Amino acid sequence: MGFWKNQLTGPTDPATDAAWDTGKPRKGFFTDTSICIGCKACEVACKEWNAVPEDGLGLLGSSYDNTGALGASTWRHVAFVEQDGDRIATARESGRRLVDLGMPALRATAEAAGGSSDGSGVTDLRGATPTERTAVGQRESTGQPFQDGGSAGVAVAEAEIPDFRWLMSSDVCKHCTHAACLDVCPTGALFRTEFGTVVVQDDVCNGCGYCVAACPFGVIERRPGEDTVKNAGIAQKCTLCYDRIGHDQTPACAQACPTTSIKFGDLAQMQDAARERVDVLHDLGYPEARLYGANENDGVGGTGSVFLLLDEPEVYGLPPDPRVTTAALPDMFRKAGFAAVAMLGLAAASFVGGRRR
Amino acid sequence: MTTNPLDADRPPERTRAERRAERRAGGGRRDESLMVPDVKFESYYGRSVVKPAPWEADIPAYIFLGGVAAGSGLIGAGAAARRLPTLRRNARYSALAAVAVGGLALVRDLGKPSRALNMMRTVKVTSPMSVGSWILTAFGAFAGLAVASEAGQGFLDRDSGLAKVLRVADPAASAGSALMAPPLAAYTAILLADTASPTWHESYRQLPFVFVGSASAAAAGLALLTSPPEQTGPARRMAAAGAALELVAMHRMEGNLGEVLAEPLRTGRAGLLLRASKALTGAGAVTATVFGRNRVAAGLSGLALLAGSACTRFGVFEAGIESAKDPRYTVSPQRERLERRRAEGVTDDAITTSR
Repeated sequence: MGFWKNQLTGPTDPATDAAWDTGKPRKGFFTDTSICIGCKACEVACKEWNAVPEDGLGLLGSSYDNTGALGASTWRHVAFVEQDGDRIATARESGRRLVDLGMPALRATAEAAGGSSDGSGVTDLRGATPTERTAVGQRESTGQPFQDGGSAGVAVAEAEIPDFRWLMSSDVCKHCTHAACLDVCPTGALFRTEFGTVVVQDDVCNGCGYCVAACPFGVIERRPGEDTVKNAGIAQKCTLCYDRIGHDQTPACAQACPTTSIKFGDLAQMQDAARERVDVLHDLGYPEARLYGANENDGVGGTGSVFLLLDEPEVYGLPPDPRVTTAALPDMFRKAGFAAVAMLGLAAASFVGGRRR
Repeated sequence: MTTNPLDADRPPERTRAERRAERRAGGGRRDESLMVPDVKFESYYGRSVVKPAPWEADIPAYIFLGGVAAGSGLIGAGAAARRLPTLRRNARYSALAAVAVGGLALVRDLGKPSRALNMMRTVKVTSPMSVGSWILTAFGAFAGLAVASEAGQGFLDRDSGLAKVLRVADPAASAGSALMAPPLAAYTAILLADTASPTWHESYRQLPFVFVGSASAAAAGLALLTSPPEQTGPARRMAAAGAALELVAMHRMEGNLGEVLAEPLRTGRAGLLLRASKALTGAGAVTATVFGRNRVAAGLSGLALLAGSACTRFGVFEAGIESAKDPRYTVSPQRERLERRRAEGVTDDAITTSR
């Protein structure tokens, strides 16, 4: 039962669930957008290594972003957002609020203490006031960077708000713990690798497009184009350079990144690095720094790509509360079952009831 | 000369005379900062967060035809049981024709139609499309067997071996069609709901009922159109019940979706289609019930029911695609439920964390 419980939602090790027994650690990215310079070397390196075809040369009028979004032929996408002082203040405020919520150190602390994974240790903290919760979730290593900044409006040594800033962020496939694309694929073309990543088999996919609609992050896409285009009509996305990491190489984007904004390694290490970095930024007076995808209790069971963001996720085009659609699948099938029975009953009643005419 | 989406926002070029007139009127130079739109940041340049399904009209057409096939399968089986030979024959042929054309539409919509059979290389319960492929295959086999039996009775010698085999196969074909029909009509709702398209996903509780109701009404409509009134009594009852189920379920679905997510169902082309569907389905069901014994009225009501069902399928399909294209439908319900959880004190299940 324990195995089945977390197959559609909740924390789990996807490679083990997919019956891999190689014992390889789960691999992932940590994309630190605070040191991204928007050079797009990752986009270029990805296209070069994976032989991804050209997909439009237009000017989009969205700052320096002329790539647009992730898609069949864009597996790394650098977002550019221009913000003025007011927007930065708003971002800082929302970050401060997040710190006040004191999450998710809560559950980690509770579990470490209680040693149970049923979440029972969590409830006793839910009634706590924000201040109490912050106190519990406080970072042990660095003392106390912010003291209830939300209500008092005073944070320790907060950095000055500039007139203007550029947010740059290199987006990529999240390689979800519960990957909707993989779950809904009817041919088995998408599969879970021994590294816990999700990869499309080009020679199996028949281009049904179901994964495209299922992905909560809008990553995977069916490649358009004539037959002369490589893999046209087939769903395509980041493979986390499956061909490279199998030979202990770094994925092309991480290798090419000149500022180490894109880091690659064991997912656990990436998450640690992300937490360390966000602590440093908080201590430097940037409460707007936050992590995206580092929580295994979220709607997709945690992601294989962790991001450090400087504003709300929707600003970067990321969903604020994604939930894997298949989490509700048992209930969906139940509802469909009731409907099917209703249809059968309706037809039977039509033929049984009344006279023939 | 290249173009980009911003060109649409540029002011039209003015002639020298117009410029002179403007200067005289004291307009002077236009303030260029006014031309830069005030960027709203709840989305990334208004781009969609999730991607719409890359499906075209083939898919809603299949969903409609699959529903017609399923309903016809049930009518065929019912007619066989109640000994209504014309209704049975017509329903069986309708079921096979609809399922065959629907299946072809599915294949046509694939990115690689030559690999259509890859659907059969695995059975995957987490994929409604995989489950549906097997349901469709099983239903198609039974519908084919039913038609073979129907056609065979016409020209085979009653004492021939093949005729004896068909006499045994006939009830099996009926039972098989009747059992596979409801899943065939219902799974297409899950096919749409098991996606990240907000309006589809959030309507999963009622959509299967909308679809089975619509399927029953459409198939009954086709029976009214093709068969004489003496034999379509059950079809008339099925039309009324199916239409009622569809309309009630649709009403509840819109209420359940809430203001934001029901909007794609009410606006644009989808709104138009769904309003038409309600009118056609309602009118068709009433006409069938009241004037169904008249051949002409029955035929007209049948047409209305078929058109109503098609409008339902295309309308729901279109609404889901629209809900995926506009980031508002993805972001605002998610933001709302996140804030609601936070207000309730649940702070450990968000994807965004302070560390």
